[in-house]
Amino acid sequence: MTAAAPVLEVRGISKRFPGVLANDNINLTLRKGQVLGLLGENGAGKSTLMNMIYGLYKPDEGEILVNGQAVDIAGPKDAIDLGIGMVHQHFQLVDVLTVTENVMLGNESVSGPFLRRDRARREILELSSEYGLDVNPDALIADLPVGVQQRVEIIKALYRHADILILDEPTAVLTPQETRGLFKIMHTLLEKGVSIIFISHKLKEVLEICDDVVVLRRGKVAGHADPQRSTEGSLASLMVGRDVILEVEKAAATPGDEILNIVNLQVHDDRGLPAVEGVNLGLQRGEILGIAGVQGNGQTELVEALTGMRPVDDGRFYIKGEDMTDSSPRRVTEKGVGHVPEDRQRDGLVAGFTVMHNLVLCTYYRNEFSNIIVVDDRAIADNAHQLVEQYDVRPPIINNPAGGLSGGNQQKVIVAREFSRGVDLLIASQPTRGLDVGSIEFIHKQIIRMRDEGAGILLVSSELDEVLSLSDRVAVMFEGQIIDILPIEEADKDTVGLRMAGVRDDIQREGAK
Amino acid sequence: MTTPSKSKAPSRPSFKLTRIRIIAIVLLVLGLFIFLQAGGIDGDLVTTLTFETTSASETPSVGNIDVPTSSYLRLIGLLFIVTGILNLAELRAPRSRRASLALLVLCGLLFIPSVIIAAAAGNETNMTTIVAESLRLATPLAIGAMAGIWCERAGVVNIAIEGMMLFAACFGFTTLFYLRNTGLPLETAQLLAVIIAVLSGGLIALLHGWLSITFRTDQIVSGTVINILAVGVTSFVRREYLLSTEAGAAKLGNISIPILSDLPVIGEAIFTNQPIFFMMFVMLAFTHIVMFYTRWGLRTRAVGEHPHAADTLGINVNRTRWTNVWISGMVAGLAGAWFSLEATGSFNDGMTRGAGFIALAAMIFGKWTPIGAFGAALLFGFSDSLGIRLQMVGVGFPVQFLQMVPYAVTLIVLAGFIGRASPPKAVGQPYVKE
Repeated sequence: MTAAAPVLEVRGISKRFPGVLANDNINLTLRKGQVLGLLGENGAGKSTLMNMIYGLYKPDEGEILVNGQAVDIAGPKDAIDLGIGMVHQHFQLVDVLTVTENVMLGNESVSGPFLRRDRARREILELSSEYGLDVNPDALIADLPVGVQQRVEIIKALYRHADILILDEPTAVLTPQETRGLFKIMHTLLEKGVSIIFISHKLKEVLEICDDVVVLRRGKVAGHADPQRSTEGSLASLMVGRDVILEVEKAAATPGDEILNIVNLQVHDDRGLPAVEGVNLGLQRGEILGIAGVQGNGQTELVEALTGMRPVDDGRFYIKGEDMTDSSPRRVTEKGVGHVPEDRQRDGLVAGFTVMHNLVLCTYYRNEFSNIIVVDDRAIADNAHQLVEQYDVRPPIINNPAGGLSGGNQQKVIVAREFSRGVDLLIASQPTRGLDVGSIEFIHKQIIRMRDEGAGILLVSSELDEVLSLSDRVAVMFEGQIIDILPIEEADKDTVGLRMAGVRDDIQREGAK
Repeated sequence: MTTPSKSKAPSRPSFKLTRIRIIAIVLLVLGLFIFLQAGGIDGDLVTTLTFETTSASETPSVGNIDVPTSSYLRLIGLLFIVTGILNLAELRAPRSRRASLALLVLCGLLFIPSVIIAAAAGNETNMTTIVAESLRLATPLAIGAMAGIWCERAGVVNIAIEGMMLFAACFGFTTLFYLRNTGLPLETAQLLAVIIAVLSGGLIALLHGWLSITFRTDQIVSGTVINILAVGVTSFVRREYLLSTEAGAAKLGNISIPILSDLPVIGEAIFTNQPIFFMMFVMLAFTHIVMFYTRWGLRTRAVGEHPHAADTLGINVNRTRWTNVWISGMVAGLAGAWFSLEATGSFNDGMTRGAGFIALAAMIFGKWTPIGAFGAALLFGFSDSLGIRLQMVGVGFPVQFLQMVPYAVTLIVLAGFIGRASPPKAVGQPYVKE
């Protein structure tokens, strides 16, 4: 296996940005038909390195070799010509164009000035059957789910005859099922001789699919690992530079009074269709209730209804015994509810505001931060200094716009804001999506701490591992309903997985569903 | 042995104010209004629709149509009411749903003739002239809208169409003004004048590109600068060089399209016309084909929607934008030439009178598509010509009200059938390579 010829080598690459050494003397080798895993925390320099290979940045030092030849990659065009394809973390697809148009863009099949969509379309269909990449070439990108959009990105690379494929955090946006699908596609690609660089910080996935792993830490190669002989723990400590506790340590829950009671709640989604169809749930102080489920089964709408962001069609919910149905988000906040939203960039932060102002988004009007007319920037800054340090936001500069932080640090800002204002009920939706192990560990610890201090926590996550490791009880949501509630002792992966697919073997179901 | 509680609450009968329903309500009100108004019109009144354009025509090929105004309007009113009720009910069965939507479209189509018939009650009105006049007045608007599409599809806002038109009108006319006494044949001089007009539009566009692409000035600011500059520079040029005893020049001459101009009725009214009028159709076809069927068009649209994606595929974003802005300026220049060289044969201060902005509105109205924008420009042209007609005929109530009606109806129909207009996503944002 290791005898395969290197197709891509990076030698001594360094890249400086103002004030940061993003990449420091990096070496790595990708061999033909293999998967090279690139691991690292947020901001470790993975994307910078890949952008240099793809020609979006120019390295300050060092060289890149493709098939043994030193090459100069001045722009994406050069990279494409060398057979390098990249699937960016944020898909580079034009929403209003069709799959065919997106694939052919920049490399159009034409006769004269005119597009030959039919030819490109045929090629796409060939690629799609050859590699098992199921897409409809005539669909508009905007209408496709992310999993399919990713396939379009892969087809884009293959259409340009890429034999080196860079996948930048491809699984961050995928559900577990979609991830399985992606791995299958990757295996097909490998069989056909494509070599892949797989960037991720999901250790399990890296161990599963990679032939070799390079770990980056703070812009340097922290080490190599052989997936055969590594464990998640060893990779994690290599990545973070210290031992990481992957298993969440927590004492047994000591549930107290009921803090949240949901009675027959019904909510519709953006298209006006029923999304939550009669949910009944109770949550007590001092416990974590996890809601597992494949995304799109009504979790989003449930959380939005509870936080006052979406109107309720029917049913009621009570927080601390008070009917809070259809309250304003402000009233919910004032009731002592913290909310870590699913989409941090859309609902969690004002990207253009500074870190310090983002930290008081739901408290700025209180006496500590403002009088009737003006906000007290000094108090806000003091508050921010303290939180940034306590929650380890990097860089700890409170005057930077929050939008400029890495995803993990944006999440830390939200967590700092929501966790620090003494809430009794925390509603956390996908609190660790897209974060690295170090940040995940930190956020998990904070959630446990809040529970132990007597808050009730409603945890919604599509990461089954996360739900199982944190929760005291697990509720499974399927098609807008809570299909089952299990105490953690009975919630093993298989049972919950079956429930997530809508199967309940102990209960006879009627023919239809 | 319980089933999992899929206890569907009995769906409450809920009345939702959907888009179709809003349209239906408007139609209903309109229908009632028309019906009641029609009752007030003298039952013997007749609107005569004529189609001949030349009075000297020896053999009228198409006769006149006499429409009994009152009964016709009652009928239309009823149709509107029925359609409104049907659509308000939002019938579930696909067939009846389709039928009620078809009725809705019919109402839309019949509406504009109805406005004319109502307005000209008891009079004679020439339908062909109205159509021809609408098209003629739509020319600068349609071409201007194409200019907007070229620019905005690539992600650059162009509110400077007005200024580009004014520059072009001025420099085009100045060229003709100086060339007419040089002994050049008139046609050659006019052709050169149009070319200069087009090029001066392009030149001003380069200023827009320089400010907004190279220096990343806010595109609205850059456009405003050009509009203000245009007013100043052109009136200066007029005062200094064009004010003389003989300030007028010959307008562009008519061209007859072979065969088509021999058609009855519309042949003479439409297919014998001035050159820029015909260029409107050329520009429409050209813009549509380039935007949707060529490599350049695909790249343009990608750059306007998601420049970074285009960049990762090796497309030069700023070069694409530069080229499109430049083409946009030349197209706007052609529209400007219409004012001074085709319509009037003279140049006056601010003679474009906001047409550039109306063109921009037409572009938005048409959802950044050439055909849609052309339709919108026609509507604006129709409204103008309707105003002129009605003032000539002399109707009993404010002309402005009738002029407004086509817009109102189109807005409602657009809102119902096509939905919200969404501009190219990257429009207005300078592209910065990270």
